[in-house]
Amino acid sequence: MTGKRLATGGRIDRNRPLRFTFDGRGYTGFAGDTLASALLANGVRTVARSFKYHRPRGVVTAGVEEPAALVELLGPDASGNRQATTVPLTEGLAARSVNCWPSPRFDLGAVVQLAARAIPAGFYYKTFKWPGWALYAPAIRRAAGLASAPDHPPQGVYETRHAHCDLLVAGAGPAGLMAALVAARAGLRVVLADEGVEAGGALLSRDLLIDGAPARDWVAAVVAELAAAPLVTHLQQASVWGYREHNYLMVTETAPDRPGLTARGWRVRAGHVITATGALERGIAFAENDRPGVMLAGSVQTYLHRNAVAPWRRAVVFTNNNSAYAAAADLAAAGIVVAAIIDSRDQVPEDARARVAGLPLRAGHVVTRVLGRAGLRGVCVASPDGAEARIDCDLLAVSGGWNPSVHLWSQARGTLRYDADLAAFLPDRAVENVTAAGAAAGALGLPDALASGAEVGARVAGLPAPAVPQASDLPYAITPLWQVAHPRGKAFVDLQNDVTVADVELALREGYADVELVKRYTTAGMGLDQGKTGNVTVIGTLAQAQGRAPGEVGTTTFRAPWTPVAFGAIAGQRDGPLALPWRETPVTRWNIDRGAMMYEAGARWRRPGYFPATPDEPMAEAIARECRAVRFGVGVYDGSPLAKFEIKGPDAAAFLDHLYTNRMSSLKPRRGRYGLMLTDDGLILDDGVCFRLDAARWLVSGSTGHAEALHRHLEYQRQTSRPGWRVFITPVTEQWANATICGPQARAVMQALGCDFDLSAQAFPFMQLREGHVAGLPARVLRVSFTGELSYEVNVAPRHLPALWQQVMGAGAPHGILPVGSEANHVLRVEKGFLSLAHEVDGTADPHDLGLGWVMAQAKPDHLGQRAVAIRRAGGGVRRELVGVIPEGDTPLPEGAPLTPGGQRVASEGFITACVRSVVQDRWLGLALLDNGHARHGETAHVRLQGGQVIPVRVAAPIHYDPEGERLRS
Amino acid sequence: MLLIPCPFCGPRDESEFICGGPVRPPRPDPAQTSDADWTDWLIQAPNPVGPVQEHWWHARGCGVWLTLWRDTRSHEIVAGASDDG
Ligand SMILES: [Zn+2]
Repeated sequence: MTGKRLATGGRIDRNRPLRFTFDGRGYTGFAGDTLASALLANGVRTVARSFKYHRPRGVVTAGVEEPAALVELLGPDASGNRQATTVPLTEGLAARSVNCWPSPRFDLGAVVQLAARAIPAGFYYKTFKWPGWALYAPAIRRAAGLASAPDHPPQGVYETRHAHCDLLVAGAGPAGLMAALVAARAGLRVVLADEGVEAGGALLSRDLLIDGAPARDWVAAVVAELAAAPLVTHLQQASVWGYREHNYLMVTETAPDRPGLTARGWRVRAGHVITATGALERGIAFAENDRPGVMLAGSVQTYLHRNAVAPWRRAVVFTNNNSAYAAAADLAAAGIVVAAIIDSRDQVPEDARARVAGLPLRAGHVVTRVLGRAGLRGVCVASPDGAEARIDCDLLAVSGGWNPSVHLWSQARGTLRYDADLAAFLPDRAVENVTAAGAAAGALGLPDALASGAEVGARVAGLPAPAVPQASDLPYAITPLWQVAHPRGKAFVDLQNDVTVADVELALREGYADVELVKRYTTAGMGLDQGKTGNVTVIGTLAQAQGRAPGEVGTTTFRAPWTPVAFGAIAGQRDGPLALPWRETPVTRWNIDRGAMMYEAGARWRRPGYFPATPDEPMAEAIARECRAVRFGVGVYDGSPLAKFEIKGPDAAAFLDHLYTNRMSSLKPRRGRYGLMLTDDGLILDDGVCFRLDAARWLVSGSTGHAEALHRHLEYQRQTSRPGWRVFITPVTEQWANATICGPQARAVMQALGCDFDLSAQAFPFMQLREGHVAGLPARVLRVSFTGELSYEVNVAPRHLPALWQQVMGAGAPHGILPVGSEANHVLRVEKGFLSLAHEVDGTADPHDLGLGWVMAQAKPDHLGQRAVAIRRAGGGVRRELVGVIPEGDTPLPEGAPLTPGGQRVASEGFITACVRSVVQDRWLGLALLDNGHARHGETAHVRLQGGQVIPVRVAAPIHYDPEGERLRS
Repeated sequence: MLLIPCPFCGPRDESEFICGGPVRPPRPDPAQTSDADWTDWLIQAPNPVGPVQEHWWHARGCGVWLTLWRDTRSHEIVAGASDDG
């Protein structure tokens, strides 16, 4: 042994030193180290400060279960709250401890410890509940938070892959390798995923033989055979972290084989799943059991065997089971003085004794207390008669027993049973197609693990279990010990969230008797380690306090993720513009080039909001310019995203009569009508125009943002409600792009474009449709109007729209044509009192409330929603009805602002749905939903703003311009 | 992520579908139904602990509205009466 590193052995490359910094100081480790092993090898004992009490913390474990050694990675791959035990060491790595300022050894926050008695469990809930947690959260986070969030977005490159397999094996320890091997030999398509840097699991942490040779030779041979098998995908550094319904598993590969790729998320649909996830060691709760230098015994073995790290001189081993005897023997073999083996059991099995022959063993003893603050100096040990003695040491290796890793199993809603012999929860009944194998199934010992893996793998393949390699291991035996009572000091059950035995007991005293409630009240198990080392200790402590068996206490719910996952790895390629791609019409590019401020028009369509004439033209002026063009000259807008469906078939007319509130079957070809669709609960689904193309073909239009909901509704009605009807529904939103030319000069522009049909008001009146050519392009032209002006919606094939658009701009130039955005459209429709579902429909309004009683065809026998509207209206009561509002004093009204009786601070009687600067009246005008509004035209109502300011408004009909509709019919 | 058997496309991921909720009894004839019965039909959707028949729309697939029986305790898709009859 040279310094803190063993001279030989370990899975490190002594020829590849790596430099790294921690809290600003430079250190050196080796390839194959984790940040934790490298810190241990450099004698760094205090790695972090704890969450609540700012106690110094060191490395406790060697894996994903690490509760204490949290660090913050700096630099381009910055990320907070990383477990030092899971960060592979790389050249130039920079990290710092969390919760420490200015350094972990001298921590100003530790003054909190002086007031520690004031911070029991439930402290936040009790102390900071008035007037609201949000008031206190920032200050508490600063004082007690974990790592700070990186100040730049993650730089990583991520991708997603989908895989389908007969068998997914989670875990490449002895059982997982054995199961994968048997299944691969049987010709199954296998995915084997393991979170370790290399396969082998616990075999990498121990000195065991398989078939008379080192176990890692067997591991290498199996890995080689799997690599040669054509149907096997073997992933390392790939955590299976989520188990979804029907055997859909989430796997994140953090060191994928593609250069430049940060991580790869796999979504695997597996015929069968084998959870060979091993077991995790748990601690024992005794006073000051969180001090740096207190580690789990199996993790000490990992550091010895995998990293050749041995920074200790004198060790004490504290256990209630056999496994720590192997750890004690390994420590002695590494040249470390084993000062004592403290076993809480009165009777130590003979095979365990034999394993540590020559080492001082004290059966029936317990460690009561740890001495030393930032660094372990010794332990107090109590004999069966209660006499305490001090033993000096710089390492306390603890084993409280082993918990089979049932997280994935339980995520799949498999049940658990408590096994009193193993003092652990084991998989019981599966819900999905899943089997546990190896230590995860309670086979805690190498021969049993190999046999279990082979048996389960063969069962999935439908074969008898094959012979397994020869191996031997110290048989596992345990007598549970959850905690050691001691009058002084804190005995932790959850190091990460600083939860002690006393907190659990407090929760019980305050009436939180259920394990789920204890978890929430104390926050035990709610850290990023999810209580992997402490949860069963909490359950055991509860059981002991309540005089129940741990199986009766039960576990808390296991939820994904098993280990922390980067958001990027979940998102994969769906980042930035690919997360929710924009939909563009054929003239989106033209609009952008024209300088439009682009909005989302709904359903991810990009449409212009308004067109500033110069980059610094105020928005209001641009909108007013566009409105005036439509009212007094001519404008054109891109109406392409409007939802459109063709409905055809012999029963189409009856189908539409059933869907619309008004009758569409009476329409003659080439004629259309405004219509409203309700759902059967009487609420408004959508509005739009419906045109009859010919005897059996119809064109239905709807709101841009409702296209999918409308499609779903139409198909639902056709397929489930009227399956016998001969109706065909084709979404044609993207088959027809359009330029909508509107304004008094629209006809002149159409004439200049050249149309092969008569444009006169007599020959082609409002609410009719013509098919022919416009500007030489095949077109379908609709005389509809959403602005209240003469309007032609010229629909062409999308490939023709750019050409049509150019011609429209050319033909309109003499009339001062302007492209018009959605802001101007909004002003124009509010002036006219036209509905916008997003504004005027709030889930309670029915057609009568909106002044659309006329579309409720009473003579029709039945349409969707008719009965519900009738029942609701028959019930009487005040209705909130659509009105126009004219603010006195000509001030704008915020959308959504409440109307209250007399402007008082009382329950509202309505709200403002829209308010615009009218160009025809040159003042602010609005629409509102107001209680009994239809009967209140001419009255004064009152808008009450936040802060109490009251704006009187005159109630009017919800139409501020051209009430007879002469202009749109012109 | 359920694996949903589409009669036309075979087993497909849930993300291709939109759930249409539990299958209700056939829509009554409004002319033959009391207000109370109509309201019950409208708002009382089946919500059992156990198998429930549901509508799913294969929106990112063939467009069919299919029905299946899903056990609400396990998410297992189980055999049940067809809605064709
Ligand atoms: Zn399908």
